[in-house]
Amino acid sequence: MASKTRKPSAVEKKLIGVADVVISAAQKRRDPTLAIPVRSLSNVSFNERKGHLEMGRRKQARSFFNVGMAKKFMQTVLVADALCELQRANLTTSLREIYYRTKHTIKNSHENTLDTQDESDPLIEDLEVTLEALREELHVRAENAGSIVGPLVLVDDGDQVDCARLGKGGYSVPSIVEPEYLQIRRCTADFVLLVEKGTQWNRLSEDKFWRRYNCILLTGNGQPPRGVRRLARRLHEEKGLPVYVLVDNDPWGYYIYSVVKQGSINLAFESQRMAIPKAKFIGLSSADPEAYGLPRNVGIKLNDKDIARARELLNYSWFQKKPWQEEIKRMLSIGLKYELDALANKDFQYLTKRYLPRKLKEKDWLD
Amino acid sequence: MRPPGQTLNSSKTDPPAPPAKPAASAVEMGARQREISVSEFFTKNRHLLGFDNPRKALLTCVKEAVDNALDACEEAGILPDVVIKLEVVGNGEPAPPASQASRFRITVADNGPGIVRQQIPPIFAKLLYGSKFHRLRMSRGQQGIGISAAGMYGQLTTGKPVQIISRTSGRTPAHYFEVQIDTKKNEPLILEKKQIEWEHSRGTQVTLEVEGRYQKGRASVDEYIEQTVIANPHVKLTYLAPDGETKELARTYAELPPSPKEIKPHPYGIELGMLLKMLQDTRSHSVSGFLSGDFSRVSPRLADEMCKAAGLSPRARPRDVHGETAEALYKAIQATKIMAPPTNCLSPIGEKAILSGLYQQIKGEFYTAVSRPPAVYRGNPFVIEAGLAYGKAPEPEGALPEKKAVPLAEGEQESGDHELARVIRYANRVPLLYQQAACSSYKAVLDTTWRNYGVTQSRGAAPAGPMVIFVHMASVWVPFTSESKEAIADYDEIRKEITLALRECGRRLGAFIRRRERAHSEHRRRNIFELYIEEVVESCNRLKGGTLPVAKLKEQLHRMASLRTGGAKTDEALGKNGSGPEGLPHSIIVTVDGVEGEVPEPVEAEAVEGNSTNGASAGDDKPARGKRGKRTRGKGAAPRRAGKPVRKRAAGKRRTR
Repeated sequence: MASKTRKPSAVEKKLIGVADVVISAAQKRRDPTLAIPVRSLSNVSFNERKGHLEMGRRKQARSFFNVGMAKKFMQTVLVADALCELQRANLTTSLREIYYRTKHTIKNSHENTLDTQDESDPLIEDLEVTLEALREELHVRAENAGSIVGPLVLVDDGDQVDCARLGKGGYSVPSIVEPEYLQIRRCTADFVLLVEKGTQWNRLSEDKFWRRYNCILLTGNGQPPRGVRRLARRLHEEKGLPVYVLVDNDPWGYYIYSVVKQGSINLAFESQRMAIPKAKFIGLSSADPEAYGLPRNVGIKLNDKDIARARELLNYSWFQKKPWQEEIKRMLSIGLKYELDALANKDFQYLTKRYLPRKLKEKDWLD
Repeated sequence: MRPPGQTLNSSKTDPPAPPAKPAASAVEMGARQREISVSEFFTKNRHLLGFDNPRKALLTCVKEAVDNALDACEEAGILPDVVIKLEVVGNGEPAPPASQASRFRITVADNGPGIVRQQIPPIFAKLLYGSKFHRLRMSRGQQGIGISAAGMYGQLTTGKPVQIISRTSGRTPAHYFEVQIDTKKNEPLILEKKQIEWEHSRGTQVTLEVEGRYQKGRASVDEYIEQTVIANPHVKLTYLAPDGETKELARTYAELPPSPKEIKPHPYGIELGMLLKMLQDTRSHSVSGFLSGDFSRVSPRLADEMCKAAGLSPRARPRDVHGETAEALYKAIQATKIMAPPTNCLSPIGEKAILSGLYQQIKGEFYTAVSRPPAVYRGNPFVIEAGLAYGKAPEPEGALPEKKAVPLAEGEQESGDHELARVIRYANRVPLLYQQAACSSYKAVLDTTWRNYGVTQSRGAAPAGPMVIFVHMASVWVPFTSESKEAIADYDEIRKEITLALRECGRRLGAFIRRRERAHSEHRRRNIFELYIEEVVESCNRLKGGTLPVAKLKEQLHRMASLRTGGAKTDEALGKNGSGPEGLPHSIIVTVDGVEGEVPEPVEAEAVEGNSTNGASAGDDKPARGKRGKRTRGKGAAPRRAGKPVRKRAAGKRRTR
């Protein structure tokens, strides 16, 4: 980005606020304490009206003058310092680089400020929720782990990217897709198809499925990263495109769908900017093998973990709709899970030529 | 085939008619039978005596000579002052470097009582000749084989005789002998004998030339000497290594161990055959007198009781008791309850002396020593002592900052605790360097659950950590697994005592480790805020763009920190209020701040100190040379000398593990 003489951004001010906590506590002779919202299932609730997950109000105190927390407090301040440095220099970086940036030996000791990255990663999430700043706003990015192709023109760092002219490979979705970094110049698609796996995305892209059905193909290679989710949300919100999710027929696939739709438990605080409450589950449904004549022998037996996870899903308040309870229970009663790849059993192009066309024609999806 | 030399007539069933031409007739075979002298036997079987390879042979020779020197000095009540010298012999060519040499001249000199002239040849050149075998008294040597076997080994490998110089007092001349052993007859051959001028007034010096190999490390001469000094802190040792290095190992404990008394055998310790022989040899006229007179712990009343139990008249003549009556008597003796044998025949090292030896020779943070009360196996009294040196010596002030310069990388850990503990074993103050795994004391170390005492230990292995474990068995008769005295046999009674001693050491170690942990965590608690305040303030300052009144913020935080960590209580836990190692008897704790516990007193040293070659100042009280185990005692007195104190814990004299 072009550099400019800057006044402190909102995020930068929030980060400086961490220092102010320490300073004002010291003046008042109080223990410097940060109140950090709790990030766990117990502090998450499903807002039915808005259709996404919301974080509760429970907070934990992290104080400096407490032997158990002193180090974490110190590390939190250090990470805040590093994040602020990023803001001032207007750079983005990765979690791992933050770790290296904040690691050093404490003066007059043999002790390192941090020993492994496992210590710094949760601190960044702590700061995200405490300061109510998205990771992107903190200038911390993840790997580019998603691809997009379709009738769409984007502007990235001033460069025009026409996603219809990028061959089979498509455009690699950056982890930060906020409007100030990535603008949607033009979009003529009718809907977005978010595919769990790269294999099927490649199949669809190679077969030019998007041209035939005038859609945008998006994948996150597994659990979609924030960039992919945020971009899907923007296309949904700004261009009014419906979003369909195509995942494996197993508990993990269901959960990926729910993350896209309602948000994840760990990042519940970001749901309001990430969730797409109107996203639809297009497949694979546990009813599909019968409807599409997939033989039983391409299924995989559910293992204990799968079954336990499916039972958990049954209890989540956002899976309480009747069709969903039936969907999950049907999978449990059959006792098998099916991968998207299993469709190749019938024909390599079965997904492109038969499965999706029929699904779209029959409007056979779950909400 | 019949074993040769046996006269047992076992031709009960004659074999069927022999084949046409027997290979040898009985007459021919009989003509070949002859006596084997003990020296011939050991010439062929020298591995039984510890001469199996050149490296071990060199050690065995040094060990035998030094054992004899120390035994002689102690029996005569003289504080031992021993010089050991190893020289490379070139054998005509220029001498090769020590590590490549194959021939060595060993000279061991002591300030002992000397040996009377007539006894010198048999002591050094006749196997199984000595003063120690027939007595039940604790000593290093037991059998009268060692030094003559060393001489025989030298003779065998280099052809050189043993050279001895000995003098019993300033008024008598010194005698010089060169002797060899006639292996056929097991008799000494005197090649040379003369009176010579000798600079020492009293003592013995023996010189052997042997084939050997000098290599440092485990089970080396150097290790033997270091370990000897640990268990014998009353000895002053000068060691001239073949590579030209001279080690002065000062006396660190000025008291001679109490001289052990000779005892009579305990009835539980003898076998039937032994009883029969004693019955024949006794000077008593009645069985009752024999029992009470020739055994320890048998009163006349008890003797009568035994006779009664055996159906024997107490007045019976001992010589008339044999066969079934003797067996009945033997059984009666074993069935009678008899007091344990007296223990004044033992001279344990003592907790203080062990502590002193460990403390001087091994760097560590914690030392402890345990002497068990005497116990008995097969009628032989014995005492087990154990000791322990743990930890790394606290770094001197200057060394610390360097270490800080190398912070740990991800996945790295503080190095160190991977080495296994070293076990040093002794029998009657002699280090045992070979066959560790076969030794009862090592097995006891493995069997002890060190994990209970805060030390890591994998299954079936020695405990891990910077630790030296010391085990000593003192007995009138140490049950070795072989003649070369390398490992203690695994008697239940012995193992039990060793285990108990080790457990006591372990408990004290555990207490120390726990205490240290507690002090560390208190210390940490106190430091943690101090350390982190720096970091927090620096970060805040950067967040605020460098505009922060740093000093003021730091001061505010420091004040809060000190309010929150107790002052006096922490000091107490850190042991800074001067309380000693309480609850830890016979222990020493070394910290950066100093040493607490039973720290050995500085020792009074001999007037002449440090002059290893011992040339100049001849005088009555300079270290004299010589001694030998199987010796008749000279008339040397045992003056205890006063002199200047030896430096305590001179840096170079303590070794790191």
